Amino acid sequence: MEASSLNARGDRSILERSPLAQLPDRATKWILTGLAALILVIIAFFFIRLYAEAHPAFAKFGVFGFTFDNDWNVSAGIFGALPLVVGTLITATIALMIGVPIAVATAIYLTELCPGKARGPLTIMVELLAAVPSIVYGLWGVFFLIPKLKPAEQWFSDHLGFLPFVGGSVAGPSYFVAGLILAIMVLPIVSAISREVMATVPVEHKEAALALGATRWEMIRMSVLPYSRAGITGAAMLGLGRAIGETIAVTLVIGNAPVIGNSLFSQGYTLAAVIANEFNEAASNPLHRAALIAAGLVLFVLTLLINAGARYFVRRAERMGGINAAKGDAGARVAAPGAAA
Amino acid sequence: MSALAAISPRRKRTDLMFRSLLLGATLLALVPLVLVIYTLISKGAGAWNVSFFTTDPTGRFFGDPGGIKSAMVGTILIVAVAAAIAVPFGIGVALYMVEYGKGTRFAGIVRYFVDVMTGVPSVVFGLFVYIVLVLTKIGGGFTAWKGSVALALLMLPVVTRSSEVVLLLVPNSLRETALALGAPRWKVILRVVLPTALPGLVTGSLLAVARAAGETAPLLFTAFGLAATSANLGGQMNSLPIQIFNDVQKAQDRLVERAWGAALALVVMILLLTLVARVVQRRSATA
Repeated sequence: MEASSLNARGDRSILERSPLAQLPDRATKWILTGLAALILVIIAFFFIRLYAEAHPAFAKFGVFGFTFDNDWNVSAGIFGALPLVVGTLITATIALMIGVPIAVATAIYLTELCPGKARGPLTIMVELLAAVPSIVYGLWGVFFLIPKLKPAEQWFSDHLGFLPFVGGSVAGPSYFVAGLILAIMVLPIVSAISREVMATVPVEHKEAALALGATRWEMIRMSVLPYSRAGITGAAMLGLGRAIGETIAVTLVIGNAPVIGNSLFSQGYTLAAVIANEFNEAASNPLHRAALIAAGLVLFVLTLLINAGARYFVRRAERMGGINAAKGDAGARVAAPGAAA
Repeated sequence: MSALAAISPRRKRTDLMFRSLLLGATLLALVPLVLVIYTLISKGAGAWNVSFFTTDPTGRFFGDPGGIKSAMVGTILIVAVAAAIAVPFGIGVALYMVEYGKGTRFAGIVRYFVDVMTGVPSVVFGLFVYIVLVLTKIGGGFTAWKGSVALALLMLPVVTRSSEVVLLLVPNSLRETALALGAPRWKVILRVVLPTALPGLVTGSLLAVARAAGETAPLLFTAFGLAATSANLGGQMNSLPIQIFNDVQKAQDRLVERAWGAALALVVMILLLTLVARVVQRRSATA
């Protein structure tokens, strides 16, 4: 570069800027690169600090013992997080079992069946579900959902006690209520990503099915669903990541009992809820604090794994869309995090 | 009748059944929204009056519990500072990925970790800021600006990814024209790329702000406490989500009523932000 821009006399080419004029350009580049690098530094620092602060808990109980021992007893100073891990997984599973089918159905309806005029308002309404903050869902859960649902839950528990995980007395705050609230919170995310994935289904596939005499539903089943399967899987996993990390709403409706409940309707605890709830009392007890931070670390690693899986599936759907999109519509793009929706 | 074979009644029935099922599921998805909004308005609007917005929580066990002035002021201040950190930072990173690092491995790694940040639960960000800033007692224990830092960490990946998408939409011909006319790179970014992408950047940032405004968990570990109105970012500060959380946990009727009123105020604020974001987006789409 340097040499080529010099002429025979060793001066600058008339087209080149003076070194002083090049300064802002270099500065911009380095500042922007620095910002990007700062993100990596923050995340590395994040991980190291979290691990260092959690270390006392891991040193005492072992990483495996901390995560899989079924005994969370603050007053005895014993911290085994299994009830929290199990509670997190149970509530997230309930959330996905309720939320994902409805979200996918909504996405199919909005992309394939909905009359044009209703599509806009309906889409906005589904997205509004994501605009309601977690604390408001929690408030609504405590003072509306729990009292209204309790009789129905009790009836269900009394009459269908032969089912696994059903029966006994209904607690009010429970795994089920927490799962239901999470389902509502997960729904708009899963729906938004599923919609984007379904929008990438080539119109030729759909028209071919219809031209062969398929009904609308047969067209959906034979061309839309197979094509967007990977993307929907990814969307569900992103929803799972969200459900696992959700804190405040769950803290308010799960009952905060650090034991593994024996039915859907018993009280429990989750990793995120324990951090928010016991944080204050832990300030004076270093081991307790380390245990809560360790719970945060377990949560972090769990969401990391799930999100990596989700991204794999969404990207695969994206690539499939990309191959077909290359022919015509290059705008078919799947935004991996649905958070902005 | 046409020459085409008629669809058998069984297939017709299946089609109708599944179409109704899909419609039913869509309507079912809207039930919670309607219920939440209905409950919010019916319980929250009753708490609203002038003194509700002009007084601080009294903390008295009996009588007037006071209003939410300090919480509203706190939320606005904390979120504004968070946006002031996250928006330039996020747009800067997006600019790097689009303008300088396009296709490089480093940009790929940065994008990957921005995605990782998107998935990190808000409570973990709260813990992180607590460990790094509160435990170390940098500038005092619990302070409002630390809450802003936690919210900024939460907003950062959202701003970055949405900005990146918008910046990629700026036509390359515009950049090339400006460069060919002799403009230096930084001027191209400042005078051509950013103005073209501005409406999209504003929309993305506002949506990120709206998301952060409702977060409770990160503030619990950082800004925390203090009932009185304060504009001191170096001290503790109240905020709407924390106010609601505290009121709910005390489970007294008059406090719960205030919680509903505060929740309605919070949702109205967030919806206004979302609405402005959508209007900006629509205007740019039609222009």
